[in-house]
Parts: sequence; C-alpha cells; structure tokens
Amino acid sequence: MSLRNNRAVVLAAAASVLLVAGLALALFWAPEDADQGFSQRIFYVHVPIALTAYACFGWGAWKALRLLWTREPRYDLESYTAVHMGVIFGILTLVTGSIWAKISWGVWWTWSERQLTLFLVLFLFYCAYFMLRFSVEPGPRRANLSAVYALFGVALIPVSFLAIRLAENFIHPVVFTRDGPQMSGSMFVVFCVCLAAMLGLFASLYTNELAGKRLDARLRELREALE
Amino acid sequence: MTYFADVAALARKDILLELRSRDTLPAMLLFVVSALVVFHFSLPSDASAAASTGLLWIALLFTALLGLGRAFAAEREQRVLDGLVLAPCDRSAIWLAKCLGVLVFLGVAEAVALPAYALFFEPVGWELVAAVVLADLGLAAVGTLLAAMAAASRARELLLPLLFLPLVIPVVVGGVGATVVDDPARYLGFLALYDLIFAILSWASFEYVVAE
Repeated sequence: MSLRNNRAVVLAAAASVLLVAGLALALFWAPEDADQGFSQRIFYVHVPIALTAYACFGWGAWKALRLLWTREPRYDLESYTAVHMGVIFGILTLVTGSIWAKISWGVWWTWSERQLTLFLVLFLFYCAYFMLRFSVEPGPRRANLSAVYALFGVALIPVSFLAIRLAENFIHPVVFTRDGPQMSGSMFVVFCVCLAAMLGLFASLYTNELAGKRLDARLRELREALE
Repeated sequence: MTYFADVAALARKDILLELRSRDTLPAMLLFVVSALVVFHFSLPSDASAAASTGLLWIALLFTALLGLGRAFAAEREQRVLDGLVLAPCDRSAIWLAKCLGVLVFLGVAEAVALPAYALFFEPVGWELVAAVVLADLGLAAVGTLLAAMAAASRARELLLPLLFLPLVIPVVVGGVGATVVDDPARYLGFLALYDLIFAILSWASFEYVVAE
C-alpha cells in the first residue's frame, strides 16, 4: 500500500512541477506569435489538454478491451476512471477552445474549427456512457456494456473526424483558414513540456481517482457483508 | 452453414411476429409521414431544396429510432433473450438476425417515405436512394447493438436516443452530403466505410452485450 501511495505522491509532485514549469515557459519564455500575439499562448494549454483527452479515451478503450479479453473485473473500474478523466479533459478542451475562438475570431463557438466540433460530438457520446453506466445494475453485465461502448468510442473518433472534414464541404465554405502551427524550436520545446505536464496531471488524477473508487467499492462490499 | 440457418430462422421469427401483431411497422409508417407533414409547416416557403433534404434525414433517423426502441420489446417482455442466449447457436447470429429484421422494417418505411417526400417536397434522385440504402445498413448495425444495450438498462426508451444519436452523426453527414453535393461518390464511399467498421465492431461485440 505504501508503495502505491508513494507512486501517487511522486506522480502528483512531478505533475505540479511540470505544470508550473510549462505555464511559466509558455507565458514568459515562448516567443510571441507574429500573427496572433499574446493570445496565441493559450495554444500551450488547449492543445495538450485535447491530446490528453484523446489519451484518456484511448486508455479507457484499451482497458475495456483487456476486460473483454481477460474478464478480469478490475479493468472495469480502470476503464471507467479513464473515461471519467477523459470527459473532464474534454470539457476543458471545449472551454479553452471556446475562449480561444472568442479572442481570435470574436465568437464563442465556430463550427469551422474541426477539433472543437469533434470534441462536442465526443462529449455527447461519453456523457451517454455515464447514462448507460448509471442505469444498469452493477455487475459483470454493466462492465461488459460499458466496455463495448468505450470501444465504440475509439472507433467513433477517427470516423467522426473524417465526417466533420467531409461536412465542411457542404455546410459552409471554410471561413477561417488557419495554417497548421508552424512552430519554431523553442515553441516546440514549450509545447512538449506542457503536453508532458498534462499527461502527468492525467496520470496523477487517474491514480488518485482509481484508488478512491477502489476504496469505495471495497467499503460497499464490506457493508454488504456486514448486513 | 448452420450459422446462416440460425440467422434465417431468427429473422423469420421477428418478421412473422411483426406480421401477426403489427406492433411496430404501422407506427413507423405513420410516424414518418406525419413527420414529413410537420416539416412542411416548419419550413418557410422560400426554404431551399437542401433544407428539405436535411429534414428528410432527420425523419428517417427518428423513424429508425422508433423501430429500434421496439426491436427488443418482445425479447424483454417475454424473457426470450435468456432463452436465445442459452440456445446452442453463436450469439452474433442473434444480432445478425435482428439486424435483418430492422433492415426490412426500415426498408418498408422508406419505401413509403421516399415517394411521400417526392410528392411533398423534391424529386428523389438515384444518389438519395443509394445513400438511404447504405445508411440503413449502418443504422441497423449500430442501432441493433445499442437497442440490446438499452434493453438491459433501467432507463430503456430514454437511453436509446442518447446512445444512438452521437454515434450516427457520421451517417447524417454522409447521407446529406451525398444528396446535396454534385459529386456524391465520396460521401457514398464514406457511408460504406462507416457500415463496414461499425458492422464488424457490432458483430464482434454483441456477445458481450447479451451474455454475462
């Protein structure tokens, strides 16, 4: 137990150090973007959060696959926790993306930003995951249903991305053309630090949340045994 | 070959059941025509043809949802699913058979909906028919699996649309795209790709949805 506690502490410390370092670098060290100026710095928060959200969903689907493969019940909680974290990072992506859209284009929402649209679809999809989970009795059945749904999620990500790209051709002409981030060397370094920080934050939150949920489940088992 | 014999027997059971009880299909037909009439009044008179195409796709989607909501009703009420799971046949055969049943219902509903659409709104071209056929495959594949999931939950009717709609957004994109752009091949190809991916995924994972 102490080993696991140690790991949680180390992860949390590493994540906080990286987060502070990443933010400081992004705010003070990274060169000013020629085109967008200071507001472009939200890029160092928004994009790592988005990538971390994908990592969460991918991790959740991997655990789901392991559950269906091995029928080991502990993977259910792991998959659920990863999806839970993914939804939180997904909401943060929507919020930071919305702020960025407001600053650079003057609107809170734009359908022409593919990543944002994709995250909205994923957000709806994974919210339904919670609805599904909470309306099925706990047990192997619920674990299976959640796992199958989480697997559908990772198939939906590329398919939806393709769909959103295709939809741009007929829903409206592309208003905002934004070249891919042409990052200079120092920008890329800052970006990598921020990405590592977000992934570290995910790992730390995941470990803590999983430990909490396991304790919760154990407590419930003990209570049921007592009754 | 016993696999396909099982599928045929199960699909035949669903269709026979529907022919005798007439629970679902008349409701789907009436719904899709009513929806089109409602859409006529919800569109301003100078709305474009593209707008009515979009509404047709919404009508088809919700008609499918109506049918899917009833797809596992008999299994649930009479506890048939437990029997089917115990039967010595591959579980994915249950999915395939249910899928075929849903496809037949959808096909019949659309055989009414498309002429009605042509009558009320715009003429129907070959690309719309092709897109509807391809979309039906995807809707039936994904919908059957999700209907089985929803049937296992407490919230059933409430849950199915929530699970179904985010997953079929790509179908809507493919379907609408194929009917409004000049070159529909890309969108039809995309619909076929969607069908392939999600049919394989649903076929492979159905066993885990019905069995413990």
